[in-house]
Amino acid sequence: MADPMKIRAQLQGDLADVKILIFHPMETGLRKDGVTGQIVPMHFIQTLTAMHNGRTVLEAQWSMAVSKNPFLHFRVRGAKPGDKIMVGWVDNRGGKASIEATLN
Amino acid sequence: MNSDLFANSIFLALSLLACSWIAPAVAGPDRDRASMVALFKGKFGGIALEEYVNGAMMLSPDAKAQFDTIMEFPPFQGEIDKGRTLWEKPFANGSTFSGCFPDGGRNVAGKFPYFDEASGKVVTFEMAINRCLRENGEHGFDYGDKEAMGLLTAYARTLSDGMRVNVVVNGPAAHRRYQAGRAFYFRRIGQLNLACASCHVTYAGNHFRDEIISPAIGQTTHFPVFRAGDNLHTLHMRYQRCMEAMRAVPLPAGSEEFNDLEYFHSYLSNGLPMRASVYRK
Amino acid sequence: MRRSALRAVAAAMAAAMLRPLQLLAGGWNKAAFDARAVADALRGIGVTATESGDKIVFKAPEIAENGAIVPLEIASHIPGTQAIYILVDKNPQPLTAVFEFADGAEAFVATRIKMAESSGVRVVARAGGKFYATMRDVKVTIGGCGA
Repeated sequence: MADPMKIRAQLQGDLADVKILIFHPMETGLRKDGVTGQIVPMHFIQTLTAMHNGRTVLEAQWSMAVSKNPFLHFRVRGAKPGDKIMVGWVDNRGGKASIEATLN
Repeated sequence: MNSDLFANSIFLALSLLACSWIAPAVAGPDRDRASMVALFKGKFGGIALEEYVNGAMMLSPDAKAQFDTIMEFPPFQGEIDKGRTLWEKPFANGSTFSGCFPDGGRNVAGKFPYFDEASGKVVTFEMAINRCLRENGEHGFDYGDKEAMGLLTAYARTLSDGMRVNVVVNGPAAHRRYQAGRAFYFRRIGQLNLACASCHVTYAGNHFRDEIISPAIGQTTHFPVFRAGDNLHTLHMRYQRCMEAMRAVPLPAGSEEFNDLEYFHSYLSNGLPMRASVYRK
Repeated sequence: MRRSALRAVAAAMAAAMLRPLQLLAGGWNKAAFDARAVADALRGIGVTATESGDKIVFKAPEIAENGAIVPLEIASHIPGTQAIYILVDKNPQPLTAVFEFADGAEAFVATRIKMAESSGVRVVARAGGKFYATMRDVKVTIGGCGA
Protein backbone atom coordinates (compact mmCIF):
# COMPACT_ATOMS: atom_id res chain seq x y z
CA MET A 1 0.00 0.00 0.00
CA ALA A 2 1.47 3.24 -1.08
CA ASP A 3 -0.45 5.44 1.34
CA PRO A 4 -1.28 4.31 4.88
CA MET A 5 -4.33 6.56 4.90
CA LYS A 6 -6.46 8.93 2.84
CA ILE A 7 -8.19 12.17 3.73
CA ARG A 8 -10.96 14.18 2.07
CA ALA A 9 -11.63 17.55 3.64
CA GLN A 10 -14.26 19.94 2.29
CA LEU A 11 -15.04 23.43 3.44
CA GLN A 12 -18.77 24.24 3.62
CA GLY A 13 -19.04 27.81 4.88
CA ASP A 14 -17.00 27.76 8.10
CA LEU A 15 -17.51 24.02 8.55
CA ALA A 16 -14.71 21.60 7.67
CA ASP A 17 -16.24 18.26 6.73
CA VAL A 18 -13.50 15.64 7.05
CA LYS A 19 -13.53 12.00 6.03
CA ILE A 20 -10.59 9.69 6.53
CA LEU A 21 -9.87 6.11 5.55
CA ILE A 22 -6.99 4.24 7.17
CA PHE A 23 -5.53 1.09 5.63
CA HIS A 24 -5.13 -1.07 8.71
CA PRO A 25 -6.02 -4.75 9.37
CA MET A 26 -7.72 -4.06 12.74
CA GLU A 27 -7.10 -7.65 13.80
CA THR A 28 -9.26 -8.69 16.74
CA GLY A 29 -6.94 -11.46 17.93
CA LEU A 30 -9.89 -13.85 17.51
CA ARG A 31 -9.52 -14.61 13.80
CA LYS A 32 -7.77 -17.71 12.48
CA ASP A 33 -5.62 -17.45 9.38
CA GLY A 34 -7.40 -19.32 6.57
CA VAL A 35 -4.19 -20.98 5.37
CA THR A 36 -2.12 -21.70 8.50
CA GLY A 37 -5.01 -22.16 10.95
CA GLN A 38 -3.08 -20.03 13.45
CA ILE A 39 -4.74 -17.25 15.43
CA VAL A 40 -3.82 -13.90 13.88
CA PRO A 41 -2.44 -11.71 16.69
CA MET A 42 -4.35 -8.66 17.84
CA HIS A 43 -3.33 -5.59 15.84
CA PHE A 44 -5.51 -2.51 16.00
CA ILE A 45 -5.47 1.27 16.20
CA GLN A 46 -5.90 2.43 19.79
CA THR A 47 -5.74 6.20 19.59
CA LEU A 48 -6.39 8.80 16.93
CA THR A 49 -6.02 12.56 17.07
CA ALA A 50 -7.37 15.21 14.72
CA MET A 51 -5.96 18.73 14.73
CA HIS A 52 -7.10 21.98 13.18
CA ASN A 53 -4.15 24.32 12.57
CA GLY A 54 -2.18 22.48 15.23
CA ARG A 55 -4.89 22.49 17.90
CA THR A 56 -6.48 19.21 18.95
CA VAL A 57 -10.16 19.09 18.01
CA LEU A 58 -10.88 15.37 18.31
CA GLU A 59 -9.28 12.54 20.26
CA ALA A 60 -10.53 9.02 19.71
CA GLN A 61 -9.83 5.74 21.46
CA TRP A 62 -10.77 2.58 19.61
CA SER A 63 -11.12 -1.11 20.35
CA MET A 64 -10.37 -3.93 17.89
CA ALA A 65 -14.08 -3.84 16.95
CA VAL A 66 -13.67 -0.84 14.68
CA SER A 67 -13.86 -2.26 11.13
CA LYS A 68 -10.83 -3.19 9.04
CA ASN A 69 -9.64 -0.17 7.04
CA PRO A 70 -11.32 2.22 9.47
CA PHE A 71 -13.46 5.09 8.27
CA LEU A 72 -14.02 8.25 10.30
CA HIS A 73 -16.14 11.28 9.45
CA PHE A 74 -16.06 14.38 11.64
CA ARG A 75 -16.75 18.12 11.39
CA VAL A 76 -14.96 21.20 12.67
CA ARG A 77 -16.48 24.70 13.00
CA GLY A 78 -14.55 27.93 12.57
CA ALA A 79 -12.56 26.76 9.57
CA LYS A 80 -11.45 28.88 6.62
CA PRO A 81 -9.59 28.40 3.34
CA GLY A 82 -5.92 27.58 3.84
CA ASP A 83 -6.48 25.96 7.25
CA LYS A 84 -4.82 22.63 7.86
CA ILE A 85 -6.50 19.49 9.17
CA MET A 86 -4.17 16.77 10.40
CA VAL A 87 -5.13 13.29 11.54
CA GLY A 88 -2.73 10.79 13.10
CA TRP A 89 -3.08 7.43 14.81
CA VAL A 90 -1.11 4.95 16.90
CA ASP A 91 -1.80 1.20 17.08
CA ASN A 92 -1.23 -1.35 19.84
CA ARG A 93 2.19 -2.26 18.42
CA GLY A 94 3.39 1.32 18.25
CA GLY A 95 2.70 1.61 14.53
CA LYS A 96 1.68 5.13 13.55
CA ALA A 97 0.88 7.34 10.60
CA SER A 98 -0.55 10.75 9.94
CA ILE A 99 -1.92 12.75 7.07
CA GLU A 100 -2.66 16.41 6.47
CA ALA A 101 -5.07 18.26 4.21
CA THR A 102 -5.36 21.94 3.41
CA LEU A 103 -8.89 23.32 3.21
CA ASN A 104 -9.87 25.23 0.12
CA MET B 1 -44.62 -19.68 -4.99
CA ASN B 2 -47.33 -20.74 -7.42
CA SER B 3 -47.52 -17.28 -8.85
CA ASP B 4 -43.77 -17.33 -9.44
CA LEU B 5 -43.96 -20.60 -11.28
CA PHE B 6 -46.81 -19.16 -13.28
CA ALA B 7 -44.81 -16.02 -14.01
CA ASN B 8 -41.86 -18.08 -15.11
CA SER B 9 -43.95 -20.18 -17.42
CA ILE B 10 -45.25 -16.99 -19.00
CA PHE B 11 -41.69 -15.80 -19.42
CA LEU B 12 -40.59 -19.07 -20.96
CA ALA B 13 -43.63 -19.11 -23.20
CA LEU B 14 -42.90 -15.58 -24.39
CA SER B 15 -39.28 -16.54 -24.96
CA LEU B 16 -40.25 -19.60 -26.93
CA LEU B 17 -42.57 -17.49 -29.02
CA ALA B 18 -39.72 -15.15 -29.67
CA CYS B 19 -37.44 -17.96 -30.77
CA SER B 20 -39.83 -19.90 -32.95
CA TRP B 21 -42.10 -17.32 -34.52
CA ILE B 22 -39.91 -14.31 -35.00
CA ALA B 23 -36.74 -14.26 -37.03
CA PRO B 24 -34.19 -14.83 -34.27
CA ALA B 25 -31.54 -12.74 -35.99
CA VAL B 26 -33.50 -9.64 -35.04
CA ALA B 27 -36.08 -10.28 -32.40
CA GLY B 28 -34.65 -12.97 -30.10
CA PRO B 29 -32.56 -10.93 -27.68
CA ASP B 30 -34.91 -7.94 -27.80
CA ARG B 31 -37.90 -10.11 -27.09
CA ASP B 32 -36.03 -11.99 -24.35
CA ARG B 33 -35.18 -8.78 -22.64
CA ALA B 34 -38.63 -7.24 -23.09
CA SER B 35 -40.39 -10.26 -21.63
CA MET B 36 -37.98 -10.34 -18.69
CA VAL B 37 -38.53 -6.62 -18.09
CA ALA B 38 -42.29 -7.24 -18.18
CA LEU B 39 -41.97 -10.11 -15.72
CA PHE B 40 -39.92 -8.04 -13.27
CA LYS B 41 -42.20 -5.01 -13.64
CA GLY B 42 -44.98 -7.34 -12.56
CA LYS B 43 -42.98 -8.40 -9.51
CA PHE B 44 -41.41 -5.09 -8.52
CA GLY B 45 -44.08 -2.66 -9.64
CA GLY B 46 -42.94 0.95 -9.59
CA ILE B 47 -39.24 0.34 -9.06
CA ALA B 48 -37.40 2.01 -11.96
CA LEU B 49 -35.33 -0.29 -14.12
CA GLU B 50 -32.22 1.78 -13.31
CA GLU B 51 -32.56 0.71 -9.68
CA TYR B 52 -32.00 -2.91 -10.72
CA VAL B 53 -28.24 -2.27 -10.76
CA ASN B 54 -28.52 -2.28 -6.97
CA GLY B 55 -29.66 -5.89 -7.01
CA ALA B 56 -31.43 -7.06 -3.88
CA MET B 57 -30.75 -3.69 -2.24
CA MET B 58 -33.42 -2.10 -4.45
CA LEU B 59 -35.93 -3.88 -2.22
CA SER B 60 -34.31 -2.81 1.05
CA PRO B 61 -33.82 0.89 1.83
CA ASP B 62 -31.95 -0.18 5.00
CA ALA B 63 -29.40 -2.15 2.95
CA LYS B 64 -29.15 0.58 0.31
CA ALA B 65 -28.43 3.22 3.00
CA GLN B 66 -25.53 1.09 4.26
CA PHE B 67 -24.26 0.70 0.70
CA ASP B 68 -24.42 4.44 0.07
CA THR B 69 -22.49 5.36 3.19
CA ILE B 70 -19.88 2.66 2.61
CA MET B 71 -19.43 3.84 -0.99
CA GLU B 72 -18.71 7.40 0.24
CA PHE B 73 -15.24 6.19 1.11
CA PRO B 74 -15.08 2.46 0.45
CA PRO B 75 -12.78 0.32 2.61
CA PHE B 76 -11.41 -1.18 -0.64
CA GLN B 77 -10.31 2.19 -2.08
CA GLY B 78 -6.70 1.06 -1.64
CA GLU B 79 -7.37 -1.94 -3.91
CA ILE B 80 -8.77 0.29 -6.65
CA ASP B 81 -5.67 2.49 -6.27
CA LYS B 82 -3.46 -0.58 -6.78
CA GLY B 83 -5.41 -1.27 -9.98
CA ARG B 84 -4.78 2.28 -11.14
CA THR B 85 -1.04 1.80 -10.60
CA LEU B 86 -1.21 -1.35 -12.73
CA TRP B 87 -3.19 0.48 -15.43
CA GLU B 88 -0.76 3.39 -15.58
CA LYS B 89 2.48 1.39 -15.39
CA PRO B 90 4.16 1.42 -18.82
CA PHE B 91 4.92 -1.87 -20.58
CA ALA B 92 8.53 -2.75 -21.44
CA ASN B 93 7.99 -1.01 -24.80
CA GLY B 94 6.82 2.19 -23.10
CA SER B 95 3.15 1.92 -24.11
CA THR B 96 0.31 1.69 -21.59
CA PHE B 97 -3.11 0.05 -21.40
CA SER B 98 -4.81 3.34 -22.19
CA GLY B 99 -3.19 3.26 -25.65
CA CYS B 100 -5.11 0.08 -26.50
CA PHE B 101 -8.57 1.56 -26.02
CA PRO B 102 -10.46 4.47 -27.57
CA ASP B 103 -10.38 7.61 -25.43
CA GLY B 104 -7.76 6.08 -23.14
CA GLY B 105 -10.22 3.45 -21.94
CA ARG B 106 -12.98 5.85 -20.88
CA ASN B 107 -16.55 4.73 -21.54
CA VAL B 108 -15.63 1.52 -23.30
CA ALA B 109 -16.56 -1.32 -20.92
CA GLY B 110 -20.30 -1.02 -21.65
CA LYS B 111 -19.73 -2.26 -25.21
CA PHE B 112 -18.28 -5.52 -23.89
CA PRO B 113 -18.71 -8.34 -24.42
CA TYR B 114 -18.99 -8.07 -28.17
CA PHE B 115 -19.03 -10.71 -30.87
CA ASP B 116 -15.95 -10.84 -33.06
CA GLU B 117 -16.81 -12.12 -36.56
CA ALA B 118 -13.17 -12.90 -37.41
CA SER B 119 -12.63 -15.33 -34.54
CA GLY B 120 -16.29 -16.34 -34.23
CA LYS B 121 -16.01 -15.72 -30.50
CA VAL B 122 -17.32 -13.45 -27.81
CA VAL B 123 -14.71 -10.94 -26.65
CA THR B 124 -14.88 -9.77 -23.04
CA PHE B 125 -13.25 -6.62 -21.66
CA GLU B 126 -10.76 -8.88 -19.87
CA MET B 127 -9.85 -10.53 -23.20
CA ALA B 128 -9.25 -7.07 -24.68
CA ILE B 129 -6.91 -6.36 -21.73
CA ASN B 130 -4.97 -9.53 -22.48
CA ARG B 131 -4.86 -8.76 -26.19
CA CYS B 132 -3.42 -5.36 -25.28
CA LEU B 133 -0.73 -7.02 -23.16
CA ARG B 134 0.22 -9.48 -25.90
CA GLU B 135 0.27 -6.87 -28.64
CA ASN B 136 2.76 -5.00 -26.51
CA GLY B 137 5.00 -8.00 -25.99
CA GLU B 138 3.77 -8.78 -22.46
CA HIS B 139 2.27 -11.94 -20.99
CA GLY B 140 -1.50 -12.02 -20.58
CA PHE B 141 -3.03 -12.19 -17.10
CA ASP B 142 -4.76 -15.26 -15.76
CA TYR B 143 -8.52 -14.59 -15.83
CA GLY B 144 -8.83 -15.91 -12.30
CA ASP B 145 -5.95 -13.84 -10.87
CA LYS B 146 -7.39 -11.36 -8.39
CA GLU B 147 -4.10 -9.53 -7.91
CA ALA B 148 -3.56 -8.87 -11.62
CA MET B 149 -6.73 -9.08 -13.75
CA GLY B 150 -8.95 -8.48 -10.71
CA LEU B 151 -7.24 -5.33 -9.45
CA LEU B 152 -6.58 -3.97 -12.94
CA THR B 153 -10.22 -4.23 -13.97
CA ALA B 154 -11.33 -2.93 -10.54
CA TYR B 155 -9.81 0.34 -11.70
CA ALA B 156 -10.13 0.11 -15.50
CA ARG B 157 -13.86 -0.61 -15.40
CA THR B 158 -14.47 2.47 -13.22
CA LEU B 159 -13.34 4.52 -16.24
CA SER B 160 -16.70 3.51 -17.73
CA ASP B 161 -18.78 4.45 -14.68
CA GLY B 162 -21.98 6.10 -15.86
CA MET B 163 -21.75 4.58 -19.34
CA ARG B 164 -24.92 2.79 -20.45
CA VAL B 165 -24.57 -0.90 -21.18
CA ASN B 166 -24.67 -1.30 -24.95
CA VAL B 167 -24.16 -4.93 -25.90
CA VAL B 168 -24.89 -5.71 -29.54
CA VAL B 169 -26.04 -9.06 -30.92
CA ASN B 170 -25.94 -8.86 -34.70
CA GLY B 171 -25.97 -11.65 -37.27
CA PRO B 172 -26.46 -15.40 -37.04
CA ALA B 173 -23.02 -16.24 -35.61
CA ALA B 174 -23.42 -13.70 -32.80
CA HIS B 175 -26.89 -15.09 -32.14
CA ARG B 176 -25.49 -18.56 -31.68
CA ARG B 177 -23.16 -17.31 -28.93
CA TYR B 178 -26.00 -15.34 -27.33
CA GLN B 179 -28.24 -18.41 -27.45
CA ALA B 180 -25.48 -20.55 -25.93
CA GLY B 181 -25.23 -18.08 -23.04
CA ARG B 182 -28.99 -17.96 -22.69
CA ALA B 183 -29.18 -21.75 -22.62
CA PHE B 184 -26.56 -21.78 -19.84
CA TYR B 185 -28.63 -19.32 -17.79
CA PHE B 186 -31.73 -21.51 -18.04
CA ARG B 187 -30.08 -24.94 -17.83
CA ARG B 188 -30.48 -26.86 -14.57
CA ILE B 189 -27.12 -28.05 -13.29
CA GLY B 190 -25.50 -29.45 -10.16
CA GLN B 191 -26.73 -31.65 -7.37
CA LEU B 192 -29.39 -29.10 -6.44
CA ASN B 193 -30.74 -29.17 -10.00
CA LEU B 194 -30.97 -25.40 -10.24
CA ALA B 195 -30.49 -23.01 -13.13
CA CYS B 196 -29.25 -19.42 -12.78
CA ALA B 197 -32.78 -18.48 -13.84
CA SER B 198 -34.39 -20.60 -11.11
CA CYS B 199 -33.28 -18.03 -8.57
CA HIS B 200 -32.66 -14.84 -10.51
CA VAL B 201 -35.73 -14.98 -12.77
CA THR B 202 -38.32 -17.18 -11.09
CA TYR B 203 -37.59 -16.29 -7.48
CA ALA B 204 -36.03 -12.85 -7.94
CA GLY B 205 -37.17 -10.64 -5.09
CA ASN B 206 -38.06 -13.58 -2.86
CA HIS B 207 -36.31 -14.33 0.40
CA PHE B 208 -33.86 -17.20 0.53
CA ARG B 209 -32.99 -17.66 4.21
CA ASP B 210 -31.95 -14.09 5.17
CA GLU B 211 -31.18 -13.05 1.61
CA ILE B 212 -33.29 -11.30 -0.97
CA ILE B 213 -32.59 -12.73 -4.42
CA SER B 214 -31.48 -10.20 -7.04
CA PRO B 215 -33.05 -10.07 -10.52
CA ALA B 216 -31.13 -11.14 -13.65
CA ILE B 217 -31.35 -7.63 -15.08
CA GLY B 218 -28.70 -5.32 -13.62
CA GLN B 219 -26.42 -8.07 -12.35
CA THR B 220 -23.49 -7.50 -14.71
CA THR B 221 -23.25 -3.72 -14.40
CA HIS B 222 -21.04 -3.36 -11.33
CA PHE B 223 -18.26 -5.95 -11.38
CA PRO B 224 -15.74 -6.44 -9.94
CA VAL B 225 -17.47 -6.22 -6.57
CA PHE B 226 -15.83 -6.10 -3.17
CA ARG B 227 -17.56 -8.30 -0.66
CA ALA B 228 -17.46 -7.94 3.12
CA GLY B 229 -15.04 -5.03 2.98
CA ASP B 230 -12.23 -5.70 0.53
CA ASN B 231 -12.67 -9.19 -0.93
CA LEU B 232 -12.61 -8.80 -4.72
CA HIS B 233 -14.84 -10.90 -7.01
CA THR B 234 -14.89 -10.54 -10.78
CA LEU B 235 -18.07 -11.48 -12.65
CA HIS B 236 -16.60 -14.86 -13.63
CA MET B 237 -15.52 -15.51 -10.03
CA ARG B 238 -19.10 -14.72 -9.02
CA TYR B 239 -20.35 -17.24 -11.60
CA GLN B 240 -18.02 -19.78 -10.00
CA ARG B 241 -19.43 -19.09 -6.52
CA CYS B 242 -22.96 -19.49 -7.96
CA MET B 243 -22.03 -22.84 -9.48
CA GLU B 244 -20.57 -23.99 -6.15
CA ALA B 245 -23.79 -22.92 -4.44
CA MET B 246 -25.71 -25.02 -6.98
CA ARG B 247 -23.38 -27.94 -6.09
CA ALA B 248 -21.90 -27.94 -9.59
CA VAL B 249 -18.23 -28.03 -10.56
CA PRO B 250 -17.29 -24.43 -11.43
CA LEU B 251 -15.96 -23.68 -14.90
CA PRO B 252 -12.70 -21.72 -15.19
CA ALA B 253 -12.79 -17.92 -15.22
CA GLY B 254 -12.38 -16.81 -18.82
CA SER B 255 -13.87 -20.03 -20.26
CA GLU B 256 -15.89 -19.75 -23.45
CA GLU B 257 -19.00 -20.94 -21.64
CA PHE B 258 -18.68 -18.06 -19.18
CA ASN B 259 -17.93 -15.62 -22.01
CA ASP B 260 -21.13 -16.66 -23.80
CA LEU B 261 -23.03 -16.49 -20.53
CA GLU B 262 -21.67 -12.99 -19.92
CA TYR B 263 -22.75 -11.99 -23.43
CA PHE B 264 -26.38 -13.00 -22.83
CA HIS B 265 -26.33 -11.81 -19.23
CA SER B 266 -24.91 -8.36 -20.11
CA TYR B 267 -27.37 -7.93 -22.96
CA LEU B 268 -30.19 -8.12 -20.38
CA SER B 269 -28.75 -4.98 -18.73
CA ASN B 270 -28.64 -2.91 -21.93
CA GLY B 271 -29.38 0.73 -21.22
CA LEU B 272 -28.50 0.52 -17.51
CA PRO B 273 -25.66 2.62 -16.07
CA MET B 274 -22.34 0.93 -15.32
CA ARG B 275 -20.65 1.41 -11.96
CA ALA B 276 -17.69 -0.83 -11.22
CA SER B 277 -16.05 -1.72 -7.92
CA VAL B 278 -18.98 -1.49 -5.58
CA TYR B 279 -19.58 -2.91 -2.13
CA ARG B 280 -21.58 -6.06 -1.65
CA LYS B 281 -22.10 -7.76 1.69
CA MET C 1 25.17 19.03 1.04
CA ARG C 2 21.89 19.24 -0.79
CA ARG C 3 20.93 15.75 0.26
CA SER C 4 21.65 16.39 3.93
CA ALA C 5 19.62 19.59 3.80
CA LEU C 6 16.71 17.67 2.37
CA ARG C 7 17.13 15.07 5.07
CA ALA C 8 17.01 17.76 7.75
CA VAL C 9 13.81 19.17 6.28
CA ALA C 10 12.28 15.70 6.16
CA ALA C 11 13.22 15.07 9.79
CA ALA C 12 11.73 18.37 10.88
CA MET C 13 8.52 17.62 9.00
CA ALA C 14 8.33 14.15 10.53
CA ALA C 15 8.82 15.60 14.02
CA ALA C 16 6.08 18.15 13.44
CA MET C 17 3.72 15.47 12.17
CA LEU C 18 4.38 13.08 15.05
CA ARG C 19 4.36 15.58 17.89
CA PRO C 20 0.61 15.51 18.52
CA LEU C 21 0.58 11.74 18.53
CA GLN C 22 2.95 11.65 21.46
CA LEU C 23 0.42 13.56 23.55
CA LEU C 24 -1.72 10.46 23.38
CA ALA C 25 0.81 8.08 24.91
CA GLY C 26 -1.02 6.19 27.61
CA GLY C 27 -4.31 7.75 26.53
CA TRP C 28 -6.07 4.45 25.92
CA ASN C 29 -8.53 3.43 28.63
CA LYS C 30 -7.41 -0.18 29.05
CA ALA C 31 -9.71 -1.04 31.95
CA ALA C 32 -12.81 0.12 30.08
CA PHE C 33 -11.84 -1.51 26.77
CA ASP C 34 -10.90 -4.82 28.45
CA ALA C 35 -14.24 -5.03 30.31
CA ARG C 36 -16.37 -7.96 29.16
CA ALA C 37 -19.65 -6.79 30.69
CA VAL C 38 -21.46 -3.63 29.63
CA ALA C 39 -21.81 -2.50 33.26
CA ASP C 40 -18.05 -2.78 33.79
CA ALA C 41 -17.31 -0.94 30.55
CA LEU C 42 -19.68 1.88 31.57
CA ARG C 43 -18.06 2.07 35.00
CA GLY C 44 -14.69 2.18 33.26
CA ILE C 45 -15.63 5.35 31.40
CA GLY C 46 -17.10 6.93 34.53
CA VAL C 47 -20.80 6.41 33.87
CA THR C 48 -22.87 5.87 37.00
CA ALA C 49 -26.30 7.06 35.91
CA THR C 50 -27.61 8.07 32.48
CA GLU C 51 -30.31 10.47 31.36
CA SER C 52 -32.48 10.21 28.27
CA GLY C 53 -30.53 10.52 25.05
CA ASP C 54 -33.45 11.72 22.96
CA LYS C 55 -31.34 14.64 21.71
CA ILE C 56 -28.85 12.21 20.21
CA VAL C 57 -29.50 11.43 16.56
CA PHE C 58 -28.16 7.92 16.09
CA LYS C 59 -28.34 6.28 12.67
CA ALA C 60 -27.68 2.53 12.60
CA PRO C 61 -28.88 -0.23 10.30
CA GLU C 62 -31.86 -2.33 11.37
CA ILE C 63 -30.27 -5.35 9.75
CA ALA C 64 -26.53 -5.08 9.21
CA GLU C 65 -25.63 -6.22 5.70
CA ASN C 66 -22.41 -7.66 7.13
CA GLY C 67 -21.28 -7.68 10.76
CA ALA C 68 -17.76 -6.85 9.60
CA ILE C 69 -18.81 -3.40 8.45
CA VAL C 70 -21.72 -1.81 10.29
CA PRO C 71 -21.94 1.92 9.51
CA LEU C 72 -22.98 4.21 12.38
CA GLU C 73 -23.61 7.95 12.40
CA ILE C 74 -24.07 9.91 15.63
CA ALA C 75 -24.88 13.58 16.21
CA SER C 76 -25.49 14.86 19.72
CA HIS C 77 -27.70 17.94 20.01
CA ILE C 78 -27.14 18.12 23.76
CA PRO C 79 -25.48 21.51 24.40
CA GLY C 80 -21.87 21.25 25.47
CA THR C 81 -21.39 17.64 24.39
CA GLN C 82 -17.75 16.78 25.14
CA ALA C 83 -17.62 13.09 24.31
CA ILE C 84 -19.45 10.29 22.54
CA TYR C 85 -19.02 6.60 23.43
CA ILE C 86 -20.10 3.56 21.41
CA LEU C 87 -20.77 0.22 23.12
CA VAL C 88 -21.94 -3.04 21.57
CA ASP C 89 -23.61 -5.09 24.30
CA LYS C 90 -22.95 -8.54 22.88
CA ASN C 91 -19.46 -8.04 21.49
CA PRO C 92 -16.76 -9.86 23.53
CA GLN C 93 -15.59 -6.44 24.74
CA PRO C 94 -18.50 -3.99 24.52
CA LEU C 95 -16.66 -0.65 24.53
CA THR C 96 -15.84 0.03 20.88
CA ALA C 97 -14.98 3.70 20.56
CA VAL C 98 -14.58 6.91 22.53
CA PHE C 99 -14.59 10.32 20.81
CA GLU C 100 -13.61 13.43 22.79
CA PHE C 101 -14.41 16.76 21.13
CA ALA C 102 -12.68 20.11 21.68
CA ASP C 103 -12.11 23.51 20.14
CA GLY C 104 -14.77 23.72 17.45
CA ALA C 105 -15.34 20.07 16.64
CA GLU C 106 -19.03 19.34 16.26
CA ALA C 107 -20.46 16.56 18.42
CA PHE C 108 -20.79 14.47 15.29
CA VAL C 109 -19.06 11.31 14.17
CA ALA C 110 -19.60 8.57 11.61
CA THR C 111 -17.62 5.35 11.60
CA ARG C 112 -17.91 1.62 10.86
CA ILE C 113 -17.73 -1.15 13.43
CA LYS C 114 -17.65 -4.94 13.70
CA MET C 115 -20.46 -6.84 15.39
CA ALA C 116 -20.22 -10.49 16.40
CA GLU C 117 -23.98 -11.05 16.56
CA SER C 118 -27.31 -9.25 16.81
CA SER C 119 -27.09 -6.81 19.69
CA GLY C 120 -28.11 -3.57 21.22
CA VAL C 121 -25.73 -0.77 20.25
CA ARG C 122 -25.50 1.97 22.87
CA VAL C 123 -24.42 5.53 22.35
CA VAL C 124 -23.55 7.56 25.41
CA ALA C 125 -22.90 11.32 25.24
CA ARG C 126 -21.13 13.24 27.99
CA ALA C 127 -22.07 16.88 28.57
CA GLY C 128 -21.52 19.03 31.64
CA GLY C 129 -20.53 16.05 33.78
CA LYS C 130 -23.72 14.15 32.93
CA PHE C 131 -24.20 11.15 30.69
CA TYR C 132 -27.03 10.69 28.19
CA ALA C 133 -27.73 7.34 26.56
CA THR C 134 -29.64 5.96 23.60
CA MET C 135 -29.75 2.53 22.05
CA ARG C 136 -30.61 0.77 18.77
CA ASP C 137 -31.06 -2.91 18.13
CA VAL C 138 -29.01 -4.05 15.16
CA LYS C 139 -29.67 -7.49 13.71
CA VAL C 140 -26.61 -9.28 12.36
CA THR C 141 -26.93 -12.29 10.05
CA ILE C 142 -23.29 -12.48 8.91
CA GLY C 143 -21.06 -12.11 11.99
CA GLY C 144 -18.08 -9.80 11.83
CA CYS C 145 -15.55 -11.62 14.00
CA GLY C 146 -13.98 -13.56 11.16
CA ALA C 147 -13.07 -10.26 9.55
